[in-house]
Amino acid sequence: MRKNFGRRDFLKLSGAAAALAASGCATLGGTKARVVVVGGGYGGATAAKYIRLWDPSIEVVLVERANIFTSCPISNLVLGGSKTMEDIRHSYDGLRRHGVQVVTDEVTAVDAAKKVVKLEHGGDVSYDRLIVSPGIDFMFGEVAGYEDAMKAGRVLHAWKAGAQTIALQKQLAAMKDGGVFVLSVPLAPYRCPPGPYERASQVASYLKKNKPRSKVLILDANPDVTSKGPLFKKAWAELYPGMIEFRGNSKAVGVDPKTNTVKLEVEDVRGDVLNVVPPHRAGDIAVKAGLITANNRWCGVDWRTMESTAVKGVHVLGDATLSAPGMPKSGSMANQQAKVCASAVVALLSGRQPNPDPKIVNTCYSFVSDSEVIHVASVHQWDAGQNTLIPVKGAGGVSAARNELEGKYGWAWAQNIWQDTLG
Amino acid sequence: MRIALVCAVVLAAAPLLAGAQDAARDLAASCAMCHGTNGRSAGGNEPLAGMAKEDLVRKLNEFRSGAKPATIMHQISKGYSDQQIDQVAAYFAAQKK
Repeated sequence: MRKNFGRRDFLKLSGAAAALAASGCATLGGTKARVVVVGGGYGGATAAKYIRLWDPSIEVVLVERANIFTSCPISNLVLGGSKTMEDIRHSYDGLRRHGVQVVTDEVTAVDAAKKVVKLEHGGDVSYDRLIVSPGIDFMFGEVAGYEDAMKAGRVLHAWKAGAQTIALQKQLAAMKDGGVFVLSVPLAPYRCPPGPYERASQVASYLKKNKPRSKVLILDANPDVTSKGPLFKKAWAELYPGMIEFRGNSKAVGVDPKTNTVKLEVEDVRGDVLNVVPPHRAGDIAVKAGLITANNRWCGVDWRTMESTAVKGVHVLGDATLSAPGMPKSGSMANQQAKVCASAVVALLSGRQPNPDPKIVNTCYSFVSDSEVIHVASVHQWDAGQNTLIPVKGAGGVSAARNELEGKYGWAWAQNIWQDTLG
Repeated sequence: MRIALVCAVVLAAAPLLAGAQDAARDLAASCAMCHGTNGRSAGGNEPLAGMAKEDLVRKLNEFRSGAKPATIMHQISKGYSDQQIDQVAAYFAAQKK
């Protein structure tokens, strides 16, 4: 049953749209279509806003389970102590000012044949096009004992910013001087390639000031630091000498909260705080909606429109996608993909061809201390021969060296992407 | 009937107008992540809205050549053709400050 969000009810809310419909130009200037967006992170929020910016005649309904946005980027600085949870939380009111109908609810199912999503509380919502930006969920089964230990609060990932960020900060604050903070990194691909190494830097920054006899031990399933390796290693050696130990090829296969250990394939490693990030995949709703196309984990898309390769009329954004070559899973990329999607959706709903030649940019700033930053940047363009987005040769790169000027630009990036996504 | 006819004519014209404008708008939208939506900066990075077209073209070319020192823009600007830089600069020049 279409309880709360039938088309007729939405029309009632919109006097201007109803007036246009009555004028006889409904297909041109009136409410010509409804787009439902699932997930209000960097991808979903940006798509919702830009569709309204580029075609205000389209109704946009954003369904998000949280009533506030919490940013993963910058959340490591909350652990470091230079930023607070307040700094990374932002209201959805900005989207409402653009006419986005923000609904706090959970999507429990997608019926792509009937073009309807089912909400846990709000009934059914019909759509003309659906955008799914579900983020990630974890493959807890890959790390034996993880889920129980996490529920007991003995091991945390804090790889979705929010309650676990706060909980991890508390564990760090309660750790004894001389303790070991263990950070376990899953095999790539995972959300935010440089994220673990920024986290190690921020935890070390906190420990250096507050508990200088302590250590950070990185147990990385990958052979080496996945992103900006030389820059991170130089920062660790110079800013936190002897405090950060990196061990590659060290995949966590289990955790034991009784002995405070992370189990690797060949040994057990004890720690005082266990920050274990399990492997992840596209968020649960992508699984339920049949959007997973690769390795039971990721959603294949046409990069010109972000439309699913599995389900017509459904677009997928962000970390949930099967990444194009050289493309990281990042907030920047989700924001950029959302604009490709918004442009395509607006065109398709108007009977026009989508932009055949999209080009997007990734910028990622990592804070190696309170004030110093290193970046990685890349430009990605459509390649008809390879049928995907590929990095533009000769463009992009990393910082020459960590520096405070980019500390300012890194914070400016955060301010601007928050405004661009939500404001 | 007359209204319907007007609608039909406007609809038919829309695809012809949209292509180039959309291409410029879409390219410029990438910049918004750091420079604010439509180039209206939320602070910390240079606003691009309302910047004279020739000024932005010159700056981007100087980034590309290395004549203008940069932390990141020398790397990003190299990803764009002369024509694309022209499109992006024209788009931002037309935005309200």
